[in-house]
Order: sequence, then C-alpha cells, then structure tokens
Amino acid sequence: MGAASIGHRSDSSVRGRLVSDGRVRLALGVLGCVALVAIFAPMLAPYDPRLQLDISHLQSQPPSFAHPLGTDTFSRDVLSRLMYGTRVSLTVALVAVFLSATFGTMLGAIAGYVGGAVDAIVMRVVDAAFSIPAILLLIVVIALWGNLSVVTLTLLLAGVGWFTISRLVRAETLAIRDADYVVAARALGASGWRVLTRHVLPNAIGSAVVSATLSVGNIILLEAGLSYLGIGVRPPTPSWGNIIEEGSTRLSDVWWLTLFPGLAILVTVFACNALGEALRDALDPRQLLPAHDDAPIRMNG
Amino acid sequence: MTPPLLEIDNLHTFFYTDNGVARSVDGVSLHVDAGETVGVVGESGCGKSVTALSILRLIRPPGRIEAGSAIRFEGKDLLTLDDKAIRQVRGNRIAMVFQEPMTALNPVFTVGDQIAEVARIHAGMSKRDAMAKAIEMLRLVGIPAPEQRAYEYPHQLSGGMRQRVVIAMALVMNPALVIADEPTTALDVTIQAQILELLADLTRRLGTSILLITHDLGVVAENCSRVVVMYAGEVVEEATTPDLFAHPHHPYTEGLLGAMPKVGGTAERLATIPGTVPPPTVWPAGCRFRERCAYAWDRCATEHPPLYQIAEGHVSRCHLAAEPERRAHPHQPIAAQPGVTAA
Repeated sequence: MGAASIGHRSDSSVRGRLVSDGRVRLALGVLGCVALVAIFAPMLAPYDPRLQLDISHLQSQPPSFAHPLGTDTFSRDVLSRLMYGTRVSLTVALVAVFLSATFGTMLGAIAGYVGGAVDAIVMRVVDAAFSIPAILLLIVVIALWGNLSVVTLTLLLAGVGWFTISRLVRAETLAIRDADYVVAARALGASGWRVLTRHVLPNAIGSAVVSATLSVGNIILLEAGLSYLGIGVRPPTPSWGNIIEEGSTRLSDVWWLTLFPGLAILVTVFACNALGEALRDALDPRQLLPAHDDAPIRMNG
Repeated sequence: MTPPLLEIDNLHTFFYTDNGVARSVDGVSLHVDAGETVGVVGESGCGKSVTALSILRLIRPPGRIEAGSAIRFEGKDLLTLDDKAIRQVRGNRIAMVFQEPMTALNPVFTVGDQIAEVARIHAGMSKRDAMAKAIEMLRLVGIPAPEQRAYEYPHQLSGGMRQRVVIAMALVMNPALVIADEPTTALDVTIQAQILELLADLTRRLGTSILLITHDLGVVAENCSRVVVMYAGEVVEEATTPDLFAHPHHPYTEGLLGAMPKVGGTAERLATIPGTVPPPTVWPAGCRFRERCAYAWDRCATEHPPLYQIAEGHVSRCHLAAEPERRAHPHQPIAAQPGVTAA
C-alpha cells in the first residue's frame, strides 16, 4: 500500500520513463521489425537465398518488380539474402555485445573498486589487447583453429569486444568509489559486494549501456570485415557483412548490392543508439523535475 | 568510574602520497562519554574529518592508521576487529552524518530505499518491513507526508530535507554514537538551526552520544558540553564549553573566538588569524602554530609543546602555560609580517 495510492507517479519508475519516451517507441518499432524479419525469414523471403536463379548468365540485375532489391553477381535474390542475413548478423551482434558488455562491466567495476594488483593486472591485459587491432587478433585465432562455426565466431567477437567497456566502467568506478554516498554506504556497514552492486554499478551502468549499444554497429562491421577476408560468416550463408563485401568491388555498377544491406546496418545501429541514449536518460533519475517546492517543515514532537 | 563510550588513544593516520607522508592525524587522543555531545573544531586541513573517518576505519589507501593507535568503543578496540565485525559496528552502533546532503545520498535510489537498506543490512528485515521502518524514520525526522516522500529520489528533495534523510539513515539502528561531520555547513543558515535542533532533540530522547565536527564555534556553543580544538593534526586545547569560551588558553583558540561575529558587537572588522594551516607533509618542528602566533618566542621554535594541564578538565598545547608572563607581550606573527607568505 502507501506507495501506489498516495500520489506515486507512474512516470517516476525507469520503465514508466522509457515507455513515455518517443525515441524508445521508434527504436523498439524498428528493432522489432528487424527482429520479426529475422524470425520469419523463411516465410517472408520471396526466394531461396542460395538459389542461383539464372545459372546460365550469372549476372546482377538492378531492382525490379520480380526482385525488389535486385540480384547479386551469382544472380541470387538480394531481398531474400538480406532477410536471411538479418538472422545471422543480428544474432551474432546482439549475443556478442551482450556477452562482452556483461563481462567487461564486471571486470571493469571490480578492477576499479578493488584497485591495487587486481586493477593493475586487468588494465595491463586491456592495454596489451588495445595495442593489437581486434581484426588481427581474430585472424590469428582463426588461422590457428581453422574453420569456425557461427557460435565460435560470436564468442570470439565477444572476446575482443570487452576491452573498451571494461576501461570505461573502471574509469566511472574510480570516480564513484570516492563519492560521498559510497563512503556513506560503507559507514553504514554495507559489505564490499553490496557497495559494488548497489552503489557503484547502478551509477556506472549508464555509460556501459551507451557504449554497448554503440558497439552493436562495430560488431556488425567487424563481422563484415572478417567475412570479406573469407574467415567470417562463410558464403553461401548470407550475412549483412558478406553481402556488402561481395558488392564492394563493384560499387559503381552493382550499387544495390551494397546500398540495401548498408541501409539495414544504418537503421539498426541508429535504433540501437537511440535506445541506448533513452536508457541512459531513464536510468538517471536526475532527469526528473523536482516534485515539490521547498515546503515549510515542522518539527515532529 | 565507567570507561568512556569512545576513547581515541594516540591516533596516527598518515597518507603515503607522492609528495611525501602526510601526517594528517598525528597523535590525537580524545573521548566521548555516554549521552555526551563533544565538539571537535578546527580549520580545514587540521585533521578533524580524517579523525572521524578513522574511527570507523573508512580510510582508504594510500591512507593508513599507524600501529600504536587505539580506538576503544564499548569495550572493543575497533582497530583490531576483522572486516565483518567492524561492519557490524558501522551504521549499527556508530553512525555517521556527512557534510554534503547533496552527495551523501545515492542519486539512483529512492530515499526510502536507502534508509531501508540500513535496516536490511543490520536487522535482516524483509523489504516490506524495512520500508515501513524507513517511513517511520522519515516521520521521526519531521518530513511531511513520509509515505510519499519515501518513494522520491534525493534530487527531488531540498537540501534541508536531504539532511533529515541522512540523519534518519544514521538513527535507524539507534546507535550509541553519531559522528556528525560538519552536518550543517552545506545548508542555509535558517535550515542549519532546524537541523541541529532536530539532531539534539532526537539524540537526547534516544540517549545517543554525538561527536560533532565543525569549524563553527557558534554551533559548538549551543550544542556541546565539551570542546576539543584541533590544529595541524593535533589536539591543541580541550575544555568544557563554558570554560573554553570564558578562559581560552591556546592562542589558536583565542584566534578562533576572536574571529566569531558577536551579536551587539561594535561594527569593527572581525579579527582573523594570519596565514594558513601548513601542509600535513611538512608540519613545522616545535610548535606547529608558531608562525601564526602573536606570542611565539624562541622556545616555540625548538620544543614541541606537550598538553599542559590548565585547570580541571582543561588542557592546552602551549608553552604559555609554563611561562604565562609572555602573554603580556604580543607581537606581529611571522605569517603577518610583510614579505612572508605562509609555508
């Protein structure tokens, strides 16, 4: 009782603030559509994405009524490939980002809060990782272990994605660690774990969330880059990345091969960023206006 | 005679910085009896806040409480407790009220949530019971419509109300001692009196002792039975409040009293103490107040003054206790002489 009945406004919850945010509705709408396409690709796609329709000519056709987004250099339907590619690209990116963000946040927060040797070791690992381009790291791993499944690829992408977030969260944690409310929480008898999970992480999570949504685009592009080198998602399995890379050599004449998957990436990344920003704002209660002016206070008793 | 509730004995808290060892608290001893309110006064940088944080062992590296220090409370030496045991003291038997109510509350949780957290940590209450307790505490500290305010975030409350919330958090477990570190410094003057009155009223009813840290002697005069004056990491004078105000002994205490505005006083400029507190990495040898003192003589440069007994319950760290005739000949302090800047 009490809370809900006495003027507790629905929009002061994180969820309430998210629902009332226009950006969130738009972003969720876009991402929802993309997800639906991914889930129902077999029903929505007009052709088999691997079917070479005109085997005798093997040439790309520009968009037409039969092929709204044209056909590729193997005369496969681009719309169908794009739809199936959504499944691969979106799953790989989202799972990889989720894993790397979770891991990076935990590690960064622990390093920042505990400090000392733990911090030094974690941050030297991150420094070392930063000095090698992610793509190079991936190439080495893939060269060592050869043909990789999509699951392994996802894990690898997650494995090279956590550095930025852990460094970011560590920096936030360092600032928050000495904040008065953290000292106050310790003075009230909170354990280290409680201080970390209740006081440090919720205040540091905003930047991690924003960074994670931004990295969705990066992961999609990284996967595309690997696919271009022939070591990412392997044809004939379509991904947004390998469709673009397939068309990138013939950008001047077969433009529809790069444009449409490019737009798909753009719209998805944009929606993720909008969602991330809205989430950051919603997680910050300071966005709320004061509910009351200073009212005169009477002593009690 | 019963031992005091809290007894700080020869506390040394040093910070090992790149610029040298900062001896922020350098041999402080003081005590608080049950039900008593003791004031600790001094300028910024004199070590009073570090003393407060040391009591609950909240000093983080590069800070360290040195061996030989002891802080006895309810029969235990707090400095020898393990992590779990000291956590059971924090917020439960000893609570702190911080200076800045703006930053002492976590911005992402409702105030009710934060008060409830204390009850959940120490009394193992369920979420629901803890929230009921939080609302009860908000009512106790005089916040109107507590059932509603409990679900608001810190930024939605005014400074005075936030400090009431901080006090509520401190009193949830009915602690034996509240350490209040400049509890009113960040507040409007009109709110300051309200908050102090509230703190005094509640602790009187609950029988809580208070260690009140402040730089405001006016606050001390109204609230404390005894005063400890700190300067440069040391206790320089200690007396009952009436005694200290009527017969200040240490020139630093004299200076602090002279710097207080008085109601009905003539419209002269307020007296100031020339210079500033030296940095804690380079406390001067001899008397640490020497350069700012109008009585200092050669003995003060070479011999570090001990705490002289001035009267019953009144001590002062000044050689004037041994050579009182020197008080008749004040001169310009070194720090006030032209061309000399404070170290």
